[in-house]
Amino acid sequence: MSQSQTAPQETTQPEMQAGAEVLLRALKDQGVEVIFGYPGGAVLPIYDAIFQQNAIRHILVRHEQAAVHAAEGYARSTGRVGCVLVTSGPGATNAVTGLVDALMDSIPIVCLTGQVPTHLIGNDAFQEADTTGITRPATKHNYLVKRSEDLARVVHEAFYVAKSGRPGPVVIDLPKDILINKAPYTPAPPATALHRSYRPNLIPDGGQIAKAVAALKSAKRPMIYTGGGVINSGQGASDALIKLVRKTGFPITNTLMGLGAYPSNDPQFLGMLGMHGTYEANLAMHGCDVMLNIGARFDDRVTGRLNAFSPDSRKIHIDIDRSSINKNVPVEIPIVADAGLAIEALLAAWDAEPVQVDTAALAKWWQQIDTWRGLDCLKYTQDHAKGAIIKPQYAIQRLYDLTRETGRETFISTEVGQHQMWAAQYFRFDQPKHWMTSGGLGTMGYGLPAAMGVQVAHPDALCIDIAGEASILMNIQEMSTLAQYRLPVKVFILNNQYMGMVRQWQELLHGSRYSESYTAALPDFVKLADSFHGVGLRATSVDQLDDVIREMIASDRPVIADICVDQKENCFPMIPSGAAHNEMILGAEHGNRAPGVTDDGMALV
Amino acid sequence: MAIDPTLRSATISVLVENEPGILARVVGLFSGRGYNIDSLTVAPVEDGRNRSRINIVTSGTDMIIQQIKAQLDRLVPVHRVSDLSMEGPHIAREMALIKVIGTGDKRVEALRLAEAFRARVVDATTESFIFEMTGATDKLDAFLDLMRPLGLAEVSRTGVAAIARGTRII
Repeated sequence: MSQSQTAPQETTQPEMQAGAEVLLRALKDQGVEVIFGYPGGAVLPIYDAIFQQNAIRHILVRHEQAAVHAAEGYARSTGRVGCVLVTSGPGATNAVTGLVDALMDSIPIVCLTGQVPTHLIGNDAFQEADTTGITRPATKHNYLVKRSEDLARVVHEAFYVAKSGRPGPVVIDLPKDILINKAPYTPAPPATALHRSYRPNLIPDGGQIAKAVAALKSAKRPMIYTGGGVINSGQGASDALIKLVRKTGFPITNTLMGLGAYPSNDPQFLGMLGMHGTYEANLAMHGCDVMLNIGARFDDRVTGRLNAFSPDSRKIHIDIDRSSINKNVPVEIPIVADAGLAIEALLAAWDAEPVQVDTAALAKWWQQIDTWRGLDCLKYTQDHAKGAIIKPQYAIQRLYDLTRETGRETFISTEVGQHQMWAAQYFRFDQPKHWMTSGGLGTMGYGLPAAMGVQVAHPDALCIDIAGEASILMNIQEMSTLAQYRLPVKVFILNNQYMGMVRQWQELLHGSRYSESYTAALPDFVKLADSFHGVGLRATSVDQLDDVIREMIASDRPVIADICVDQKENCFPMIPSGAAHNEMILGAEHGNRAPGVTDDGMALV
Repeated sequence: MAIDPTLRSATISVLVENEPGILARVVGLFSGRGYNIDSLTVAPVEDGRNRSRINIVTSGTDMIIQQIKAQLDRLVPVHRVSDLSMEGPHIAREMALIKVIGTGDKRVEALRLAEAFRARVVDATTESFIFEMTGATDKLDAFLDLMRPLGLAEVSRTGVAAIARGTRII
């Protein structure tokens, strides 16, 4: 390490300010423009400092979990680090779900938590919680600042850790005395300075890239499978991916987290893969002979039964996190690197390698894929008669068509469940960073606050939370935040009065005993929107759907559109737990072709 | 690629920043991800750079051991991770304090065996010995097996400290 060898010696003492001032100065230096937070006793000094400045905007949420989800939406739609501020004790514990969500989906967050004064730590003081203990497995890293002189350095380091390598949430626990006492300000280290221990590798190994290209060029049935890593790597990675896919002529599928990295209307795109992925994507994964995984982690929702996952393929895995490699699926050619840099390297090596792809074999492979595609696995039938019930799939499709007609930049977030899968299947994404969903943790209540964070970052864009009536109630209080900051987020509820995905599993796996999955006494969502100073709309039949969507999009206020959909509709295709990709259940349109669920599969989640 | 299901033991040395909570991070990683800890030692290594060394003896398939290494390596305060059992020959030692209570022939036999095993007597009364013994884990295990019928009353073991042979450093 060679930092500061040439730097001039400090001759003067660094300037001393109150800890809270130092904190805000460090945040400003890190480029923070917005904090999502909620005040409380332990963080009052920070709120006092926020009051006395204008550089950083504070969005007052209604629940700390929502603060983290909002910061996630902000981060994912901008590529920047999201910033959260909560108080000690319950403030911090409420934030935990959001932190784990960000950890699972690799979203860069810095969460500042208040803490009781250092001399009271461990004494069970009022609103004391062992925040660093609780959040240790919930974060990428966390800090407890116990000395004023560490404060500025820790803040700078937290931002570095949150955004470097595989991004993730970082907590800084701030005892109240540290915020009040004078602390020195130290500027952020230069970008070139090496961290003492955390230095993720970004550059792909040339030898591995050459092996990967040789394997890809030898393929007769190739498949490219990309995930959230491509999105996290930035626009450049998506651009390079499009080049690579076009150049190779290979088929591509995206994971739930990877949607938008490749334009979904492109003929080489086979749709999403996995548990509710398309027939063609899953069968192509099962049948391929060379698989290129870029920035995805062989999640169980993607692989299905591991010992039957793509049994005959040579696998190449590009991931920035070494621990993702060989975790679930052993791979032949691992490449630990940034997705974008690795794709660029593949492109360069592809041109340099004189061997040509077996075009005849590739054409035959595409023929096979087209046969699978011909099945039209996402087919459903919408009755268009006046008064006919709305199919949830049709509602999403119309939402897509009508938002597209407006030409406005559109961001979609979701809650978790059937509506989330239908959104992934029927809304088509053409750009990265426009799709926010809780993929890893599967957090109901994610979508509304996430859309709120997106809207804060993109005030003029159309931000829509595709929701279910059960999930939306988990963070419905954020309607109040939308009203306060005039954030015109649209909540598009596919209301079937069931926790639909729970009901679907009960139907398929538990003898249609719908234990506790029906919500009696739902609120009137139209009146609810009204009471939160928003606009409430409802469609109960197919002839009302387009008008409601148009009115929702045209409104400059927060809107809840309560779309009453077919209660019995299930989400297909589906690979049941414990099944392989080629053991998919298809929907009613295909006669519910199903191999049945095994006892082993019942035990899986 | 096929998964090799054979279990193996691994001695992993981890050089970490000596900061509060680092041991909890490492131990929490093992419990959270369901890895085994057969033995664990930790102490600062006084190299003037504020570092500690953690030695962990664990077991699992090769895929699991590789995972453990990768998971440890991505902890922010971790400097280096080395699987000593895979990266060439190494020395692994642990120390034990062993209390044996007894009189008569058993007491004499215990002392005789202790000499044979090069265990030192660090405390003695007319009815007891405390032996101090340093060695590889299996040597300590063998000695303890012999002491059991001779009045083995209490054991305090350190867990394994390990280092690579020759000029290689982690």
